[in-house]
Amino acid sequence: MFDILSFIPRAIVQGVPLLLGSTGETLTEKSGNLNLGIPGVMYVGAIGGVIGAFFYEQSLPSPEAIVPALAVLIPLLCSLLGSLLMGLLYCFLTVTLRANQNVTGLALTTFGVGIGNFFGGSLIKLAGADVPSLALSATSGYFSKSLPVSSAFGKLFLSYGFLAYLAVIIALAASYILNHTRTGLHLRAVGESPSTADAAGINVNRYKYVATCTGSMIAGLGGLYYVMDYASGVWSNNGFGDRGWLAIALVIFTIWRPNVGVLSSFLFGGLYILHMYIPSGMNLAVKELYKMIPYVVTIVVLIITSMRNKRENQPPAALGLAYFREER
Amino acid sequence: MDNKTAAVKMRNITKTFGPVVANDKVWLDIYRGEILALLGENGSGKTTLMNMLSGIYFPDEGEITIDGKEVVIRSPKDAFDLGIGMIHQHFKLVDVLTAAENIVLGLEGKLDLKAAAEKIRSICDAYGFEVDPNQKIYDMSVSQKQTVEIVKVLYRGADILILDEPTAVLTPQETDKLFAVLRNMRDDGKAIVIITHKMHEVEELSDRVAILRHGQFIGDMPTKKTNAQEMTNMMVGHAVTLNIDRPEPKDARPRIEVKNLTVRSIDGILKLDGVSFTANSGEILGIAGISGCGQKELLESIAGLQPVESGSIEYIEDDGRREQLIGKDPLSIAQMGVALSFVPEDRLGMGLVANMDLADNMMLRSYRRGKSFFTDRKSPKQLAEDVVRRLDVNTPGISTPVRRLSGGNVQKVLVGREISSAPTVLLTAYAVRGLDIHSSYTIYDLINKQKAAGVAVLFVGEDLDVLLELSDRILVLCGGKVSGIVPGRGAKKRDVGMMMTKLGGDRQHA
Amino acid sequence: MRETVHNPLFHVVRRGVIPAWRAWLIRGGAILLSLVACGLVTTAVTGENPLAVYVTVFNGSFGTSRKFWTLLQNVAMLLCIALAVTPAFKMRFWNIGGEGQVLMGGLAAAACMICFRNSLPNGAIIALMVVSSILAGAVWGGIPGFFKAKWNTNETLFTLMMNYVATQLVAYFCVVWESPKGSGQIGVINQSTELGWLPVIGGQRYLLNVLVVLAVLAFVYIYLNYTKHGYEISVVGESERTARYVGIKVEKVIIRTMLLSGAICGLAGLLLVGSTNHTLTTTIAAGRGFTAVMVSWLAKFNPIWMVATSFLLVFLERGAGEISTNFGLNQSFSDILTGVILFFIIGSEFFINYRICFRRSTEREG
Repeated sequence: MFDILSFIPRAIVQGVPLLLGSTGETLTEKSGNLNLGIPGVMYVGAIGGVIGAFFYEQSLPSPEAIVPALAVLIPLLCSLLGSLLMGLLYCFLTVTLRANQNVTGLALTTFGVGIGNFFGGSLIKLAGADVPSLALSATSGYFSKSLPVSSAFGKLFLSYGFLAYLAVIIALAASYILNHTRTGLHLRAVGESPSTADAAGINVNRYKYVATCTGSMIAGLGGLYYVMDYASGVWSNNGFGDRGWLAIALVIFTIWRPNVGVLSSFLFGGLYILHMYIPSGMNLAVKELYKMIPYVVTIVVLIITSMRNKRENQPPAALGLAYFREER
Repeated sequence: MDNKTAAVKMRNITKTFGPVVANDKVWLDIYRGEILALLGENGSGKTTLMNMLSGIYFPDEGEITIDGKEVVIRSPKDAFDLGIGMIHQHFKLVDVLTAAENIVLGLEGKLDLKAAAEKIRSICDAYGFEVDPNQKIYDMSVSQKQTVEIVKVLYRGADILILDEPTAVLTPQETDKLFAVLRNMRDDGKAIVIITHKMHEVEELSDRVAILRHGQFIGDMPTKKTNAQEMTNMMVGHAVTLNIDRPEPKDARPRIEVKNLTVRSIDGILKLDGVSFTANSGEILGIAGISGCGQKELLESIAGLQPVESGSIEYIEDDGRREQLIGKDPLSIAQMGVALSFVPEDRLGMGLVANMDLADNMMLRSYRRGKSFFTDRKSPKQLAEDVVRRLDVNTPGISTPVRRLSGGNVQKVLVGREISSAPTVLLTAYAVRGLDIHSSYTIYDLINKQKAAGVAVLFVGEDLDVLLELSDRILVLCGGKVSGIVPGRGAKKRDVGMMMTKLGGDRQHA
Repeated sequence: MRETVHNPLFHVVRRGVIPAWRAWLIRGGAILLSLVACGLVTTAVTGENPLAVYVTVFNGSFGTSRKFWTLLQNVAMLLCIALAVTPAFKMRFWNIGGEGQVLMGGLAAAACMICFRNSLPNGAIIALMVVSSILAGAVWGGIPGFFKAKWNTNETLFTLMMNYVATQLVAYFCVVWESPKGSGQIGVINQSTELGWLPVIGGQRYLLNVLVVLAVLAFVYIYLNYTKHGYEISVVGESERTARYVGIKVEKVIIRTMLLSGAICGLAGLLLVGSTNHTLTTTIAAGRGFTAVMVSWLAKFNPIWMVATSFLLVFLERGAGEISTNFGLNQSFSDILTGVILFFIIGSEFFINYRICFRRSTEREG
């Protein structure tokens, strides 16, 4: 029997990292930067939080001495700092040095995943655990704390950690900023036509830097949510998997609209775990085929949007191109 | 005029791009309450100079003073703050945004599009513009876009306005309207600079003219105290005759017959509507019309690059056999044995590959020759050397990427390649756009030689004076319809101008 | 000059032409700098003498003849995939689906080895493997190519998603063909009969791969530079409008090139399954599909230079791996070092294309 009541909350918790990742990438792409380094950034965001939480837990004389505010703030700040640095690195290379965005992004992903797994692996060794993972249950508890309700309504809407709600708020806020504020207008202009924005007196590089770094930090939160809330503080190498790439796919799925992203990411989250809910009996192999669904759906959406070819649904016109004012 | 203080003084301005010196120690004064025409051939550094005033480029050397105060203009924002606004030749507008959004772009404070729309309306009322603040730019005509650009500059309170070749895309009527507005602004005490190379515009509009040549400042003077001949001399450095050769066509016979050609753009907009005409061999058929009235679609339909809705385009061989060109792509047209050459408007974006060298560009037309899987590299090299020698192309060598060449040399390379295949039909679009006078005459000469060789030439031009002097017959297009075909000899510029904007009765079906 | 005027300290100017040797000098300098940076990072993490670190890196590739052959094998495979994606890149088609195309080639090869082991002789199986793996790769590359040509569907994301679809397909067959039962892995295929194993040449297990890839190198180099197809690819990559103007069928070129790109990836999959590993796993391509993008780009899409760039990346990766083993670090350390090196090389392009002018010095000269 398909248990919808357990499916939806699980789809949502799967969707939250995707939502944060895609909101971050949308902001980045609106500035004309195609950051394929988002998967790496999300790893760094996650490991940043893990490092913060690990050393905070280690510094405590006993588990009872934990201060809730610090348990949340330290990993949060470490995570933001890590992903900010990744964003800055990307910007320095692509905006200041005008390097190829695709290549820089892929290198950033290699680098970020490497950082995540290297420090993750080192911490696991430091903790001396006999399983290849690291559990930070004490701090994680504060990330996944939710209201104690047991009704169906509560289960559907109130059973998540604060980062999940934050993700929705960030997505809606990003949508509002993009469409209804001067900053958003300027940002869209930078992504559509940097030379026009420049001639209008907008500091193109600053917008690119700020949007990309903010986007990175938001995406990094996705990694943080994954490890501290979804995975209950258990870090294992490569555990985050390919969610970063799905987040990038989701940007296209939502046609560059963070508010659309809220529901689409939950839908994606659902597709991601659908294989656990489709009865397949003893045939384990078929489950592997079901895992294909989110990717196939993305491809289908990609094809459909390209076929419909509506002006408003196109990517920012200058996406992927470096800008140099004196280009002739 | 001597008692006025200069609003802008530019002194010793130098700007280089790699090895090219675009501006060499230029001096320029701009006064309020005056329209200054900045005159010069293309590549003489007019736009570069003004771009430094508007903060797009930063000068390598030199000083700029505004109202007697030395300033540094690092960015367009600095320029706005100093009251300088520039309307670029290539509009600086974001297509997916509305007019109002574009106009307030870059300003500070809370975003209030309603208030902005109000202010836009009041500016429009003051000068007689028409702008719908909520219309998206991609839905606008060129002249509407230009209006948005001007309103944008006024919205910011600019009192030093620079217009870079503003009339290139306008109809004569729209041009008149623009000039009236500019005069209003001058009387308002604004300083206005108009970049142009059209002599009659200088004479009609400006109070003073300043002339650049090869990046150097040649001189300035009140417009009233000079004349077209003197200005031309200053522009090109020595006297040139303005006469273009027009030999009588020999043995003209029908080569291309177009009947009821109808073409729609991808968006479903009617671009050509029942166009019919015949182009003869040994004759230049000039095609006149304001930009966007269907010339591009007409040439591209003949070249096999444009899907056609209905009608027929027939190629007539010397022996009278007829070949239908519609539905064929450039490859199959060539395979049918129709020797058709096409010099498109967008040289580096369509006619040539900017990053490839001369030899590889020569190969574009000929690389398919032979059955071999491999390309023949020798003959394109020879052709490139040949073109360089015969057309006097100024290039370091045939292995230089064409993007490094100047506009005139790029055009020589393109035309050289296109006529090298001994065509029977030559289509040219804006063959001399952006070329200096010298290169332009080289091109006219080449086209005339083709005509003498019996080629049917279709010449789309924007400069009516040239069309009137070069063409044997002139086909006038207006909004996708033929508004008339007139003989080139004896045609009046005013009449053709009228036909460009208004249909001449029912003649489009003739 | 009564008032002080603040000129910008410096501004950036685009360079005109730069001689090729200077460009490569700048890139070489960047690589050296990156090696210094890597040495410093490693020293910081391990506390080891930097020189010892470099010795270790060197030993990682040249320490023993076995290591050297492993290096060659890895360079060959990376180079093969880089060569595969290059025609697409020259066409400005961002094929980051090398991973999936390799997997599909490997899957097809494995399928032939498993399905026909009881019915066909060795020679026929190998012939079938060659044909089917090349076809499988071509199809996997051709699908995004088709949609790009028809509807301009974004190829970067399409090929990326195709990677995961391919991974799941392989995962499915890994369970179907699992051996022993319940392991979820295929294990060495035809271990006793060696059916479908590609022949070992000259007693060196990896020599065949190296030779095949050298042949592919020659093919791609000639294809891109001396054939009509190669010329069409360059024109389409530089300007689609120009291509249409001279009558090149852009759609056809895109699909044809992606078929080729996928086919060579499929061949790489064949080599990995039939020669190197004799088994199939979901990680058989080992991220080379992505690294190949960088190999190709760093070499400016020049096949000959790709030998050097793929060698460099593999050399560093093996070296970093050696460091990890010797100093008891996590294997992911090599990813970090690879990232650092790439950042340096990527950044160095700036100094090839642009020049920084300091305001004051130009004034003095003037």
